[in-house]
Amino acid sequence: MPAEAPLLQVDRLRVAFPSPRGEVAAVNDVSLQMGREKVGIVGESGSGKSITARAILRLLPPYADISAQAISFKGENLLDLSEKEMRRIRGRQISMVMQDPKYSLNPVRKVGEQIGEAYSLHRQASKRQAREQTLEMLAAVRIRNPEQVYNLYPHEVSGGMGQRIMIAMMLIPEPSLLIADEPTSALDVTVRLQVLAILDDLVSQRGMGLIFISHDLELVASFCDRVVIMYGGRVMEALAAGDLHSSQHPYTRGLINCLPKVQGKRGRLPTLERDAAWLTADFQGGARQ
Amino acid sequence: MSAPMLMIEALGIVFGHGAARNRALQEVSFSVPQGGSFGLVGESGSGKSTVLNCIAGLLDRWTGTIKVADQVLQGRRKLSFSRQVQMVFQDPYASLHPRHTVDRTLREPLAIHRLGDASRRVVQVLREVGLGPQFRFRYPHQLSGGQRQRVAIARALILEPSLLLLDEPTSALDVSIQAEVLNLLQDIRTQRHLTYLLVSHDLAVVSHMCDQLAVMCQGVIVETISREQLQSGEISHPYTGQLLLAGKGYDRAAIDAFQDFLPTSQQ
Amino acid sequence: MDRPTGIITRTRDWLLSDTPASATQAAAGRAYLGLRLFGRNRLAVLGLAIIVALVALALFAPQIAPYDPIATDLTNRLQAPSTSHLLGTDEVGRDIFSRIVWGSRLTLYIIGLVAIIAAPVGILVGTVAGYFGGFIDIVLMRLTDIFLAFPKLILALAFVAALGPGIENAIIAIAITSWPPYARIARGETITFRNADFIRAIRLQGAGPIRIITGHIMPLCLSSLIVRVTLDMAGIILTAAGLGFLGLGAQPPMPEWGAMTSTGRAYILDHWWLITMPGTAIFVVSLAFNLLGDGLREVLDPRSDS
Repeated sequence: MPAEAPLLQVDRLRVAFPSPRGEVAAVNDVSLQMGREKVGIVGESGSGKSITARAILRLLPPYADISAQAISFKGENLLDLSEKEMRRIRGRQISMVMQDPKYSLNPVRKVGEQIGEAYSLHRQASKRQAREQTLEMLAAVRIRNPEQVYNLYPHEVSGGMGQRIMIAMMLIPEPSLLIADEPTSALDVTVRLQVLAILDDLVSQRGMGLIFISHDLELVASFCDRVVIMYGGRVMEALAAGDLHSSQHPYTRGLINCLPKVQGKRGRLPTLERDAAWLTADFQGGARQ
Repeated sequence: MSAPMLMIEALGIVFGHGAARNRALQEVSFSVPQGGSFGLVGESGSGKSTVLNCIAGLLDRWTGTIKVADQVLQGRRKLSFSRQVQMVFQDPYASLHPRHTVDRTLREPLAIHRLGDASRRVVQVLREVGLGPQFRFRYPHQLSGGQRQRVAIARALILEPSLLLLDEPTSALDVSIQAEVLNLLQDIRTQRHLTYLLVSHDLAVVSHMCDQLAVMCQGVIVETISREQLQSGEISHPYTGQLLLAGKGYDRAAIDAFQDFLPTSQQ
Repeated sequence: MDRPTGIITRTRDWLLSDTPASATQAAAGRAYLGLRLFGRNRLAVLGLAIIVALVALALFAPQIAPYDPIATDLTNRLQAPSTSHLLGTDEVGRDIFSRIVWGSRLTLYIIGLVAIIAAPVGILVGTVAGYFGGFIDIVLMRLTDIFLAFPKLILALAFVAALGPGIENAIIAIAITSWPPYARIARGETITFRNADFIRAIRLQGAGPIRIITGHIMPLCLSSLIVRVTLDMAGIILTAAGLGFLGLGAQPPMPEWGAMTSTGRAYILDHWWLITMPGTAIFVVSLAFNLLGDGLREVLDPRSDS
């Protein structure tokens, strides 16, 4: 790690939701530390990966019980901030790209205007300035005809284009941290990789941190610098992406093995045997630290 | 070898009129032998699911010939067709009636076809898909995604069809659940000597499940190859190569070489 | 926690079982969960309580009402509320409390019959139009539009004028004017489900349109329709009261609440209770149905359980 303070440090995060059978912890004892790098959070549904991300931005419903020793962003504890101060952080400092751009864009406004608004919301900027910045940003996400796309409505753009627009909108305030929650899982494989390439280039050019949340272990391993594997609301292990395939953790191994492979044999796929011991606080499971 | 279980010749369909006119399928031909397993691979909009819907009779106004067990399909499907061909859908959350118990979902086809002994058949088919009798009277919202997909498979099996159409049966599931469902589908195929037509965007899943596969792009089959050819890289169309490469994960250098493919007939 | 194994606990466990052993148990468990959700909405429970009280009032009207609702007593006319006449008497000396009690039968009769006629017609027209689409949809929906184009009360008035005044004709008129919104709702719901995978699956299993519409689509439309009908009950009561008020509904001396407010109008300044008492009854029952409808919406919304 570099000598400067980490960009984001999450210390023992716990998120619980009330349920008829008592409180249920969706995220338990999750700690995470990152600089200006690409960190992947991988897990199956119910692993708590999305809730972790939303807890960082305090985007969970009010009945969620969030507790942590600290969620510090650039040395500032996000848990201590008021809702008003939090709004300054969201978008300006930390942005989030969701899975489906259709739900994140206003359907009755031109996409260009919406990107421009994301720009001017956090600074004094004239309309013309916002428009110029928007066109520049659209070009940066490799949209070939920014002028034309500026005037489109969300329903007029394809899935891949929509996700590029979302990335443009999230990056235009120049945040230092981008959280991408399954940003490409609704896209076709080739489009998915093209969108990721754009994200990759922008993140490294601008020296941002990226939290990439996905269920796709292989994709995360090839895309990110570090990988955090979550299961049942807990971190199973955190390791460098290159070490993933030599991981000793039974859960990680199970996930890797149960994927069918083009070159694989015909027989039965190994299935994942879940072990309740993984969810105990002191389980090590041969994980390398 | 006897007559193929499924034979499709020059299948075509057009959606929309005028400017929105879209030739969703053009000259699609392939055949699946009795007991075989055939995969259709492609990205969204390639028309792979449309082929299934044409076969199942959920779409009409297609052109070309579809033969199931040497019988040409025409117009409305007969009742006996349901006992020959069944389908498993992609989204396990949308394919079960939210207000019907598992029991009701499985009994209904038996009632339509006036098959007796319903209780025994329901319990038996549930056991076959790996669900105990305790699941019988649950509602879909009391089941996990994998369990729902097992119920959907049970529903398809209860009429004892010989051809199963699988429309991305595992793409909405977690990978660990996907492995279990794929294993189940393979076991069932061996036990019941079924013929599969599997649609997927995932080359790895198709390669794992199928003897032969056709790669589709924009409503056209760009090539039909065997599993062995896919594994040894004997592919002739660059689109297949691109799909294969894309399936290997993120590789910054390879991505810039990606291109948009148009079907051969339009190039 | 110490778990007593009393009959209540055992019943609860049976209802909440994740592994129901029969269709009945599964349905009962579902109903129980719905009931629990409903019970959390205090206002809805209040609405239900008022409606239960109304039904009880109607059932036991002969036992509850102290006087004959029709017998006149001119010596005791226009008496203010007192211990002998709880809610006072009207212009011909009839006990208003007894009339309201007996009038609850008429109110229930009207809303019950309207619901029984209008809701099935609406759901049938809507689901058939929505499921088949195309020409059938156009014909059925234009017909619906024609009915929707008239103000409800005016159309009902026209029908009563044509059929002649009287409570049965009022019911028919209200029913005829009430079904079109139900048809619209049912059609809208049907269209969202028509191409759902579970409908395609059952089609592929050889089910015909009648089985699909009655067994698969109608149950899904039913919940939003029940909510809508419940919310409409208030409107039906008010329309019936309006017709009664205009002299086109229940005919004197029937103790219909609307007709009672109508006659009370002449005495509004000096004898306020003549119009206030039946008016309050209309208000309370309408409100109760609205509260109940809101509560049912939470419980029955099909989107809430997926």
